[in-house]
Amino acid sequence: MSDYVISKQALGPSVGYVELQSVTFPELPLDSGAVLRPVTIAYETYGRLNEDRTNAVLILHALSGDAHAAGYYPGEDKPGWWETMIGPGKGFDTDRYFVICSNVIGGCKGSSGPSSINPATGKEYGLSFPMVTVSDMVRAQKLLVDYLGIERLLAVAGGSMGGMQALEWAVAYPEQVASCIAIAATQKHSPMQIAFNEVGRQAIMADPNWRGGDYYDGDPPDAGLAVARMIGHITYLSDESMREKFGRRLRGKDTVGYDLSLDFEVESYLRYQGEVFTRRFDANTYLYITKALDYFDLSGGRGVLVEVFRDLPDDMRFLIIAFSSDWLYPPYQSKEIVHALKGNGLDCSYVEMRSSHGHDAFLLENKDLTRLVYHFLDTTARRRGVRLG
Amino acid sequence: MGCDLASGVPRNAEGVRWDHLFIVDVVAPGSRVLDLGCGRGTLLKMLVERKQVRGTGIEIVEEKVYDAVAKGVTVYHGDFGEGLGYYPDNSFDYVILSQTLQEAKETVAVLSEALRVGRYVVASFPNFGHWKARWQLLATGRAPVTESLPYEWYNTPNIHSLTIKDFRIFTREQQIRIVREFFVGARKPLRFWPNLRAAYGVFLLEKSTG
Repeated sequence: MSDYVISKQALGPSVGYVELQSVTFPELPLDSGAVLRPVTIAYETYGRLNEDRTNAVLILHALSGDAHAAGYYPGEDKPGWWETMIGPGKGFDTDRYFVICSNVIGGCKGSSGPSSINPATGKEYGLSFPMVTVSDMVRAQKLLVDYLGIERLLAVAGGSMGGMQALEWAVAYPEQVASCIAIAATQKHSPMQIAFNEVGRQAIMADPNWRGGDYYDGDPPDAGLAVARMIGHITYLSDESMREKFGRRLRGKDTVGYDLSLDFEVESYLRYQGEVFTRRFDANTYLYITKALDYFDLSGGRGVLVEVFRDLPDDMRFLIIAFSSDWLYPPYQSKEIVHALKGNGLDCSYVEMRSSHGHDAFLLENKDLTRLVYHFLDTTARRRGVRLG
Repeated sequence: MGCDLASGVPRNAEGVRWDHLFIVDVVAPGSRVLDLGCGRGTLLKMLVERKQVRGTGIEIVEEKVYDAVAKGVTVYHGDFGEGLGYYPDNSFDYVILSQTLQEAKETVAVLSEALRVGRYVVASFPNFGHWKARWQLLATGRAPVTESLPYEWYNTPNIHSLTIKDFRIFTREQQIRIVREFFVGARKPLRFWPNLRAAYGVFLLEKSTG
């Protein structure tokens, strides 16, 4: 997901100032067999938990997201990454729901990850941090949800990797999830998605500053991370949105330079996106999270998704959304999920939204998306008899 | 696409379409229902509220899907072909083709798929044999435009023009049994001479066992 600047007006009402919180648990067993000791989870919450503790919605973030999904930190202009969707009267209406978002493990924004201090050595983990998977991320989030005293989440929701976590939640803890919203997601990473991630990883590891991941006492591999981000960013856009946004416009010149200097607007934009990203993201985390994405397979290697959904409770609801111009996670991948759910007679709505914004469409202000989510949650809450605050 | 047939269908005093009322009446409480071409979800919502069905719809027009979800209805955005294929046999008690059969390209395939995934099929369509249509064609020599067939030849979503009689013959040929039938005239339900007098026909169908 990209860094977007959306006008204040389009953002609408906000939850206001928010605070990053964190909680540490003694251990977390991982899919790889390793055990993370201890594990810290950073999170934010918006809205109020009702007396019955039944109005909680867990938001899951994408590759480059974090726990800061909505509102503002004091002294900062930039709101959380899903400010368009979370707030009073918005899709995830904080007047009605208690919204939680946590940083994934392996991340670099407060939860345990390769840039955290290993208590055994007093130094950053680097590559000694164990590999994590999407189901490990979800297992960590379950610790948090249990800690917050929430027996059942009204919804788990996210886009891209967030959507994959939402699906994983539904399959791993079906009794703890009333509904699942997965946007621009997939049941398993395709060879093309793995390929793009691998190019990003190679760019980071080819940077001499990377030094086997042990760079925390020196200059970080910013050049490599920036290239990884540039590649990623291209895959989040679309041919149409790039033509609209940049065309073949030149940057600060009237004719091409006939040299290797910066010529086109799109080059400048990508360089800027790459550069900005290095200021807020850890290169090792990029390696770990892209690996977690590539390992993701909801069927657990069984290959037959219909069987995965077989034991889900009848009253669990799904909302699956894809975007017409998303070529990174194309609509057919969402449909595979929907068809497997339908094959089990499960309650699942599916929409392929017309959009020219590619994969990143879920991050942009979108009235239809707001309306879909708002009503889907409303129906779920009514069916479950949830009292809304 | 994007036309709303609904407006032309006669309604009862409460503003509910007669064909919908018949369908709500026919469907057994608590059954599983699939509405093909569910539009904005009006019928499904009524079935959920009045018959506590477990309902789901398929709709191709994106804006209509949003309205249906806003009504609390479950919808698949797509066409019948891809939407139906993934359901196992007998996934539903009823599959509804409300005013959509005449718009479906592969009529035979859609109907046989509907009868595969559903125990019963409810199909309704505007009657091309209505006396007004016959009269217009005869008297003016032009393609008829009536309350139930409100389109010009160049903008009609109806790619098949059929009469009640056509449909009855068709069901015989396809080994489909008509369990019940229901007809709506220009303003209200009717029973006699439907092929001449009915603006719409609604049929409850099942696979013929004989």
